[in-house]
Amino acid sequence: MTKAGHNVSLADRAYHIRRHALKMGEVQGQGYIAQALGVADVLAVSYFHAMNYRPDDPEWEERDRFLLSIGHYAIALYAALIEAGIIPEDEYITYGGDDSRLPMSGMAAYTPGMEITGGSLGQGLPIAVGVALALKRKKSQAKVYCLFSDGEIDEGSVWEAAMSAGSYGLDNLVAIVDVNNMQADGPSKGILNFEPLVPKFEAFNWHTQRVDGNDIDALVNAFDAAKNAPDKKPRIIICDTKMAKGVDFLEARERNHFLRVEADEWTKALAVLDAGRRA
Amino acid sequence: MKRNKYQRPVIDLGAERLKTSAMIASIAGADQRTKPAPFGHALVEVAKSRPDIVGLTADLAKYTDLHVFRDAYPDRFYQMGMAEQLLMATAAGMAREGFTPFATTYAVFASRRAYDFICLAIAEEELNVKIVCALPGLTTGYGPSHQATEDIAIFRGMPNLTIVDPCDALEIEQAVPAIAAHQGPVYMRLLRGNVPLILDEYGYKFELGKAKLIRDGADVLIISSGFMTMRALEAATALEKDRIKAAVLHVPTIKPLDVETIRREAAKTGRLVVVAENHTIVGGLGEAVAADLLRNGITPNFRQIALPDEFLDAGALPTLHDRYGISTDAMTKRVKQWLSR
Repeated sequence: MTKAGHNVSLADRAYHIRRHALKMGEVQGQGYIAQALGVADVLAVSYFHAMNYRPDDPEWEERDRFLLSIGHYAIALYAALIEAGIIPEDEYITYGGDDSRLPMSGMAAYTPGMEITGGSLGQGLPIAVGVALALKRKKSQAKVYCLFSDGEIDEGSVWEAAMSAGSYGLDNLVAIVDVNNMQADGPSKGILNFEPLVPKFEAFNWHTQRVDGNDIDALVNAFDAAKNAPDKKPRIIICDTKMAKGVDFLEARERNHFLRVEADEWTKALAVLDAGRRA
Repeated sequence: MKRNKYQRPVIDLGAERLKTSAMIASIAGADQRTKPAPFGHALVEVAKSRPDIVGLTADLAKYTDLHVFRDAYPDRFYQMGMAEQLLMATAAGMAREGFTPFATTYAVFASRRAYDFICLAIAEEELNVKIVCALPGLTTGYGPSHQATEDIAIFRGMPNLTIVDPCDALEIEQAVPAIAAHQGPVYMRLLRGNVPLILDEYGYKFELGKAKLIRDGADVLIISSGFMTMRALEAATALEKDRIKAAVLHVPTIKPLDVETIRREAAKTGRLVVVAENHTIVGGLGEAVAADLLRNGITPNFRQIALPDEFLDAGALPTLHDRYGISTDAMTKRVKQWLSR
């Protein structure tokens, strides 16, 4: 098997990823829930449309590599890895606990399917450049997907990597930027103005697309284009997402980088999510 | 410890779980007196009479208590974004022009990522930049990406840099005006949020470059910095039950080291000397003290309480402090063992 499940719709996959994330969030009562809900559609399309991998063999040599640079998004990736069958579903209850395989910040040594240790932001894309160069040396057909964030592009190392990937023409590298306009100190665009992103990456010789990161059809088209474009360039999909997407009362919170959710609100959040699925 | 990520953990559904709050919360105990954001409030106070003071951060104002300064002096606050190299070099640039920048981030990012920028742009020119960093040593359960277990080892090698590791809220309040008054670059380890308050009970007064004997005792001398002095004082109280008399020498300035006081106390005969620090056993206060004593022919029985030379686990802080021997209980036990041999 190279792709997990063709019979379940991608929207359903995204719904389940959000649900797994909320269940993990409930274990701790707080955390990076809004990011997980926001990026769930991007992960659904990555794991259930774009990427090749084997759930029972996470280190299969020909797998597409998924590098999570934003370590605090681990909750989102664990949810996707649960949905993909790489992590058993009942393990969610250990999230963030002592001696868990699911620590708060993503680390390669802890979790099957977690390729790198993230969390020191600005390292994912440079590592992805190295993996992409290595895959080319090995004449591998595998691709490297690297997920990072709008706040993270403040880091100079991202632009060092962007220049080198463009310079090497790394057409086996697919960068995904989650633009949810929220970082630790507040709305990202108010921290440093990183726009306009499209001309920046185009100027660095990237095949550049910008899509609504909560529109699954748009994401499918973008990932297909990234895979199939003949350009000898690295590819980037800039995804505009909504923090806490799918749970309206959490979407409405102004400061939601690190969400604190009351004990009785988790049931409500799951109910809102379920209602959205039926609608 | 080598972990096997393909080994499924035993899931005990009935087990009591320490929550994230225990992972990122302040190091204060449940019934401990605390003060909120002592660094932020102290900086606002100093800045009243020091228009040269400016505040800079790399997307961590809220998490380094600099938001208090930002809200008091919005026009003296610079948000540099999540870019620590830029943060340090910008601070250097402003210091060149006569300002006194307080630059904040996490200790991991200052020590690991921005080292070269601090070294050449700031320290080599002895510029007046104050680098104030949260999450020193093991004060977060996020794992190695956020645990600055070797920050002092990294910075001790940098000439011109003064290194301060305060114990509590009172000391932070006193250290901020002191480092602002000091000419030259300073690295200060920051305890943030609700910070324990203990040293007021001892009539303590911070002096830059000075070690202070907080309590005396004939059996063991604990030399400590940072919040390990709080733990040392708690351990000293616990040891009284076993009729062990512990002295505690607090060393908040790690560089330059107050070697006169340390030598004087360590040379008193018949005491075990224990250096306790929230830092890897490599290159911190313990090795600094050991080397100075040995160079000066002072050779007491010597032990270290410090973090192991390894990348530490993720998890809840109380669990990790016990696991790595820097909780009060773990410390008390080890001192007793050492004395009983």
